Amino acid sequence: MMERLIENVAQLFLLLALAPLVTGVIRTLKARLQTRRGPAILQPYRDLVKLFGKGMVVPDTASWIFAATPWIVFFSTVLAGLMIPMVAADAPLGLFGGVLAVIYLLGLGRFFLALSGMDSGSSFGGLGSSREMTISALAEPAMMLAIFTVAIGAGSTGLTEIAGAAIGQHWRFLAPAQMFAFAALAVVLIAETGRIPVDNPATHLELTMIHEAMILEYSGPYLALLEWAASIKQLVLMTLLINCFWPFGLQPAWFGFGALQGIGWLLAKLLLLSCAIVLLETVNAKMRLFRVPELLAVAFTLGSLALVSTFLF
Amino acid sequence: MIVELFLSGIIVWLAGAVASLALWRRPAAARRVGCGAALAGSLLVLLGSAAAIFSGSSPEISLPFGNPVFSWAIRMDPLSAFFNATLAALAAAVSLYSFGYLRPMEGRRNLGAFGFFFNLLLLSLALVFTASNAFFFLVAWEVMALAAFCLVSFEHEKKETRNAGVLFLIMSHAGTGLLLIAFLVLASASGSLDFSSFHLLASQLPPVRQGTVFLLFLFGFGVKAGLVPVHIWLPKAHPVAPSNVSALMSGIVIKSGIYGMARVFFDFYGPPPLWMGTLVLALGVASALLGVLYALMEHDLKRLLAWHSIENIGIILMGFGAALMFRSLGHANLAALALIAALYHTFNHAIFKGLLFLGAGSVVEATHTRNMEKMGGLIRRMPVTALCFLAGAVAISGLPPLNGFVSEWLTYQALLAGFGTTHSLTRLMFPIAGSLLALTAALAAACFVKAFAIPFLALPRSDEAAEAREVSLPMRAGMAVLALGCVALGLGATWFVRVFDPITQQTLGVRASSALVMARGWALSPGTAHGGTISTAGIALFFLFAGMAFALPLAMRWRRRSVRGPAWDCGLPGLTADNEYTATAFSKPLRMIFSALYRPRREIQAEYEVSPYYPSAIHFESEIEHPIEKHLYDPLRQWIMAVANRMKGIQAGSINLYLTYIFLTLILLLLFGVRQ
Repeated sequence: MMERLIENVAQLFLLLALAPLVTGVIRTLKARLQTRRGPAILQPYRDLVKLFGKGMVVPDTASWIFAATPWIVFFSTVLAGLMIPMVAADAPLGLFGGVLAVIYLLGLGRFFLALSGMDSGSSFGGLGSSREMTISALAEPAMMLAIFTVAIGAGSTGLTEIAGAAIGQHWRFLAPAQMFAFAALAVVLIAETGRIPVDNPATHLELTMIHEAMILEYSGPYLALLEWAASIKQLVLMTLLINCFWPFGLQPAWFGFGALQGIGWLLAKLLLLSCAIVLLETVNAKMRLFRVPELLAVAFTLGSLALVSTFLF
Repeated sequence: MIVELFLSGIIVWLAGAVASLALWRRPAAARRVGCGAALAGSLLVLLGSAAAIFSGSSPEISLPFGNPVFSWAIRMDPLSAFFNATLAALAAAVSLYSFGYLRPMEGRRNLGAFGFFFNLLLLSLALVFTASNAFFFLVAWEVMALAAFCLVSFEHEKKETRNAGVLFLIMSHAGTGLLLIAFLVLASASGSLDFSSFHLLASQLPPVRQGTVFLLFLFGFGVKAGLVPVHIWLPKAHPVAPSNVSALMSGIVIKSGIYGMARVFFDFYGPPPLWMGTLVLALGVASALLGVLYALMEHDLKRLLAWHSIENIGIILMGFGAALMFRSLGHANLAALALIAALYHTFNHAIFKGLLFLGAGSVVEATHTRNMEKMGGLIRRMPVTALCFLAGAVAISGLPPLNGFVSEWLTYQALLAGFGTTHSLTRLMFPIAGSLLALTAALAAACFVKAFAIPFLALPRSDEAAEAREVSLPMRAGMAVLALGCVALGLGATWFVRVFDPITQQTLGVRASSALVMARGWALSPGTAHGGTISTAGIALFFLFAGMAFALPLAMRWRRRSVRGPAWDCGLPGLTADNEYTATAFSKPLRMIFSALYRPRREIQAEYEVSPYYPSAIHFESEIEHPIEKHLYDPLRQWIMAVANRMKGIQAGSINLYLTYIFLTLILLLLFGVRQ
């Protein structure tokens, strides 16, 4: 019982502390690849500190949904983060739910975020909510097919079991089913975290923005909570992707020297995935909104291929 | 004890029906008696069915009249008791709501007749769920259909209402016709009309007849349930009914079709051929997807909810289909899991859809329109209604920790477990159905963002919405009871799954709940080898703890630093309701993406005086197509009209001619009888 608590607290700190760093690393790497200097790696932390210290303006048209949303989004994302294996194969809150619960908790956050976008009455919020819900709905079947493929391989939707089944089989990710599922999930990850070519986290142009449009009316501490939650969500999805398919370095438990080793491996794998994301973002332009369904259809096809390969091989 | 409680509930409903009809000249008394009797009867039936479920017994009783062939026999087995409990739980809340909902109608409408049909509907539903004789079942079924028809057509001065009512009646009778044939086939094989003689009988019929009977039952019950493609009456009839009736129609009347299917699939049939489960699963997926896709395009709040009923029936049928397939493949434990998922969702849907229709009823009463584009900002004017509707919206979107999440999670687990049950290509059905369920659920979430945000958030879009008033206390109480039900059924999932033990014992011979409950009742697992777990209570506790410990104190502190200001309006002179995103705009991306299905058509006319850049008026019209109605029902209707036209010739109106027809028919029937 005590050990569980320590695991949870440790993973909680890791989530909260690491998430802005990942965002910072991606921004800096991207800037360097585009031969810009870019902000410092620690800039996201400074942004958060600054925003938490500020006052805020609440639209006079908004209701209590507007104030409740940042909390719901933040807590549901953090809870989802505690349900995934990060350093140890054993997810600290694995009992509370497996991969399906993680997806649906993120869905709960998105549901309220979309509501808050509509709450102020500004058309930007509605535009963002409408696009976000559309894209996430279309991403869902591809994600579920990929996850089913992984879960079928492990015989469970529990993430502890999924990571546990993959431990020790370092080259399993080269199996066709795993590769297709990985590719499908990677596309979904890009769509879900709002990165290029689906959404651009750095834009405030009404023709293209999705996530930024929903949170346009937020300021001060609430904006900080939402930005932080968005980085945590990105970290959760990235960790989910690397630890389900390439659990190399996952420790059997959260204690002792092993934990440090596990954190080291996690950072190394996150850095690798961040590089891949940066490369993708730099060589691609943002897609038109109505081209995104085609991208997601590709992901769905990849997911189906993954499933059929399980059947064949 | 069980039978006494049940029968006293029936008698209270009967008395309520007669008494409120007798009091029709005194509307206030008729309303109180009608709703009071409905409430009291529901509570009695709820107690009785709960007792029946937990005792695990199946008491039987035969009413003292009738004859051996057409006996009025009632049997309260666990399956019947479960559906009765669903009926009674929903009906109690709806009756409470009706106290307030019917009040403004006093003196304007015949509330005596309303009370009569309302109680009659509850009574006949309870008898449908318990009748254990095919003849009695069909009588109760018809009474139910007629009572529902009268309630749907209650506001019959509108043409839309009359048309919808008649369509409902026609479809319903076509379905009953199919059921009649199916029951007669079974009866001719068993020599009796008793359900007990049908037990496992259908599986012993020759293959062709067995398949035919299955299809007859599937579509016969499917009409009532709203199965695609026999669903077309549902989105027309549910919205035009008074809202408390809509709640009953979507919550429980369509479940009579689900009950019938459960009775046939798991009682009359033994392990069926594989194609039957496959067909049910495929139809479930089609219903779920089409239901939610058309719901997204609606901006009539009640019709949107009606389309969602089709979606949820689809999800229930996915569970049934998987259960049938597992039965064919010899996996009783998995079949129990899938059946539990389906029945859990049946109960959940009754609660949250009832809640949503009651919420919609409150909104319609306050704004005098069903069109979402004329609402807005109601969360400030009607806080309780808004909160209850939000609970229903979260529940129906399948989001944790409310009840919809639990049953959808169980459905996913059943579908996932299906992959390992066979080595044929059939097994690909399961994960594909699962991914389409994920699409359905995500689209439903998108739809309910719209259905909550457009009416309740931002600025009011009409004068009625700006002056809306919160509804009366009984109406709020009825909604609150159901909202609490959504929470309880979500958090108490590990307790509630025990309810299904007697049902799976009766139908499949296994008790599954002990395998489903883990960690001292804190977590739910699918009961397969090492499936994942969920703990809705744990998730809720996390939110509660985090909210109390961090959110509340911090929000208090930040409040001091926050100021109210106008939302960003792009520099225009102030934000008005005209700037807001509309329901049509919200679903526009999906309308374009799925345009192959919708075939949207739109027409825009702009009027201007000086320059085309400054239009003085814009007329916008948009329409989507319903392919099933266009390509299946329109030709069918034309064919029926053509045949009817031809048949005019033999109806000359002369009595002698008709007597000859009767005589000829008699001779033919006699010849047929002799030949047999």
